[in-house]
Amino acid sequence: MSLAENETAVALSALVPELRTICGENGVLTDHSQRRTYENDGLAHHREVPGVVVLPTSAEQVAAVVRLCHERGVPFVPRGAGTGLSAGALPRAEGVLLVTSRMRRILEIDIANECAVVEPGVANLDITRAAAPHGYYYAPDPSSQQVCSVGGNVAENSGGAHCLKYGFTVNHVRGLDVVTPAGDLVRLGGKAADAPGYDLIGTFVGSEGTLGVATRVVVNLTRSPEKTVTLLSAFQSMDAGGHAVSSIIGEGVLPSAIEMMDALAIEAAEAAVACDYPAGAAAVLVVELDGPTEEVDAQVEQVERLCAEAGSFETRTASGAQERALIWKGRKSAFAAVGRISPSYIVQDGVVPRTALPEVLRRITELSAESGIRVANVFHAGDGNLHPLVLFDDAEPGAWDRAEEVSAQILDLCVEHGGSITGEHGVGVDKACKMPRMYGPDDLETFDLFRRSLDPEGTANPDKLLPTPRLCGEQPGVRHEVHPLVASGQAEQF
Amino acid sequence: MTMAGSSRAPIPVVRAGAPEDAVGDLVPTKVTEPSNTEELSLALAGATREGETVAVRGGGTAQDWGPAPRALDLLVDTGKLSWIDHDPGDLVVEAGAGTPVADLYAHLAGEGQRLSYDPVRTGGTVGGTVATGASGPRRLLHGALRDLVIGMTVVRPDGVVARSGGRVVKNVAGYDLAKLHTGGYGTLGAIASVAFRLQPEPPALCLVESEYASGEEADRALAAVRESAIVPSAVEVRAGPGSALTLQVVLEGTHEGLRPRTEEAVQALGAHAHVSRYLPSGWGHRPSKGPLAWLSLPPAESVEAAARLGHRVRVGGCAPRGALHLSWPEGTPPEEIASVLEEVRAQPEWTAQLVRACPDSATTVDRWGQIPGLPLMRAVKDAFDPDHRFAPGRGAGGI
Repeated sequence: MSLAENETAVALSALVPELRTICGENGVLTDHSQRRTYENDGLAHHREVPGVVVLPTSAEQVAAVVRLCHERGVPFVPRGAGTGLSAGALPRAEGVLLVTSRMRRILEIDIANECAVVEPGVANLDITRAAAPHGYYYAPDPSSQQVCSVGGNVAENSGGAHCLKYGFTVNHVRGLDVVTPAGDLVRLGGKAADAPGYDLIGTFVGSEGTLGVATRVVVNLTRSPEKTVTLLSAFQSMDAGGHAVSSIIGEGVLPSAIEMMDALAIEAAEAAVACDYPAGAAAVLVVELDGPTEEVDAQVEQVERLCAEAGSFETRTASGAQERALIWKGRKSAFAAVGRISPSYIVQDGVVPRTALPEVLRRITELSAESGIRVANVFHAGDGNLHPLVLFDDAEPGAWDRAEEVSAQILDLCVEHGGSITGEHGVGVDKACKMPRMYGPDDLETFDLFRRSLDPEGTANPDKLLPTPRLCGEQPGVRHEVHPLVASGQAEQF
Repeated sequence: MTMAGSSRAPIPVVRAGAPEDAVGDLVPTKVTEPSNTEELSLALAGATREGETVAVRGGGTAQDWGPAPRALDLLVDTGKLSWIDHDPGDLVVEAGAGTPVADLYAHLAGEGQRLSYDPVRTGGTVGGTVATGASGPRRLLHGALRDLVIGMTVVRPDGVVARSGGRVVKNVAGYDLAKLHTGGYGTLGAIASVAFRLQPEPPALCLVESEYASGEEADRALAAVRESAIVPSAVEVRAGPGSALTLQVVLEGTHEGLRPRTEEAVQALGAHAHVSRYLPSGWGHRPSKGPLAWLSLPPAESVEAAARLGHRVRVGGCAPRGALHLSWPEGTPPEEIASVLEEVRAQPEWTAQLVRACPDSATTVDRWGQIPGLPLMRAVKDAFDPDHRFAPGRGAGGI
């Protein structure tokens, strides 16, 4: 521990009695074994036991904690449900971990204004559950939606399989109460959409906890579609499947989701859940269409035709909830299922322009052949968001390094083709050192200028989102096992 | 950081400002028309060295939106920053700030695609449209203008060229700084180019509209639209002194799908509803003359607000988003405008900003009212433009 770190550790222990005054005895965790349960988020290989954990129950408590951190120069890390996949909620040993899990009230379901007002710890799916009796739902649907928190969604600008049509969290947040890094509680927007002045809501969403903590969120509710149909179409090559995707989008059909899996991913899914996808498929597409009945009917015909023209040898169409779930079963199980065919794997998250998909997939196949490392492809094809799973055996010496090399090369491919290093998992700690691959020094300096304008002391979730010297010597994360929430049956990951 | 001034490119041509270059009462000392981002960067780095105040002009169609800047030495005309880079297969387009919106739309239409944004005035450029940030009717389904921007290149007041976002729709790498510049009135830098997400032009469209004798009647119609499954692209409310309270619903989709949806819309709006296959000319345009204000309110109150305020002032806008505009004839006494703004600002959660003022009301009417988060906005402004040289006073709250 350096002298400076030692000083902050001392500052931290002096903070504890004051934190207890703010959050109460049971709102502050100092016991090592209790703190240790928060040492990682969904990206389990970045670990750090937080110096102290606080569990505030109100915006006022959050503000008081953050103000205290600000005054004492102690870093704080906000955390929702801890399902993130970029180590954005990785704690600091000399810092405060601020967990919003006790702020989980749905304050209002306001159908006349088509919005919900919620506290940040509310689980994403609970909004939909509360709105469903009125014929409404909350559109962003990250795969962890049963447990992930709205506050975390705001921090990460979460998407989901259906963001192709419905957009991301940022497109659905109308109002935010925010505790700034200085500890001020500020209300931005509300039930009314267009607050005057700079669009601070638009920049706060996706800022990964580096600009403060959301303590109250006003989200749009969306009318439930009249009809939803899911299609499963099987192809003899990835190229043919990719061609179908291009022609569907090109003809003006906007499905709510288009998902694609390659042979290895299908094999894994079959082994795990016996999803009974068409035998001999080298690629399958899952296409979901929703909207007014007649529009959906017309589009289903169109998609069936386009898939056939692209060389599909079998297309199944399902409109009942159970049949649709059957189609989704294989896709949703794919990540976990890969554990059946490989001891370990790295989940990558990169984006390419849709038209570059065939070329990038071919290059991934070549990379895999050259390196002898298997790569399973499962992805959101409609928006070019790849999730290659790089398989390896961690018992084999050097295997991790080779897998990580392939994973990094895939990310480079995405950037070379004009894409992004992350489509939905965020930068966090995991990809902070990869930001310079996508942005130039001036771009990064501008991001930092903005960050410092709202957090001059640098206490809000430091070492996330932007590269720092302290950070960029560390190794990026690797998954050796199924996501802990998936293992416990609390979440699906896809 | 690379210093823009050290580049080998020539300094862009600068001419003396003329009366027709005036922004409000201010005639700029100099006008420059950079041909590319690098020249724009050089011009702004030069202005930084000289400590000059700067404003940006696109088509010049919204120079009377927002207060005139407090001072103006250098006017940057983006006219030569006009280019279109379209990837039809990816449904993405990037365009230079000076590209006329009409040119962009004509180009996209040639490929059967569109930017799903209804311009709110004629003759604007891409940069000016984004900098003023106002959204049109079809924001209801396709998102506000800020939702359609996926990347932006901006030259900061100090001349540094900074890019955020990119050319793919799904991207969460880095801060989404384009959001600050969308509707930022050019107070944080000069937009050089913008990337947008696009849509194929839907095969069919229809407009269903109806007039109502009372706010209650119109509110019932709006509720029926909300409860239906017709998924409208736009629902506009309109009212004004001497004109009826009107609802307009726009539907887009396939020919097969549109038929039953139109019937359902007619049922919701009432037996007198009128159906048309086209949008009227000037669709989405906000009044181009006279005082103009944006009114933002909880959506459930839109129709009642239009009905009530419509006796005093022309009201229009997107009812289900609570995004309305108020407009007055030229020559309306400032006291009348101030009184309406005061009345609406007294309602909980309502905000109103006077976008265009008459010359005689420019100083007497409070343009903004309370702006939540203003200290944070000032902090952002101070970081990007510490000497307040960029369109000083033009932004919300006099930023």
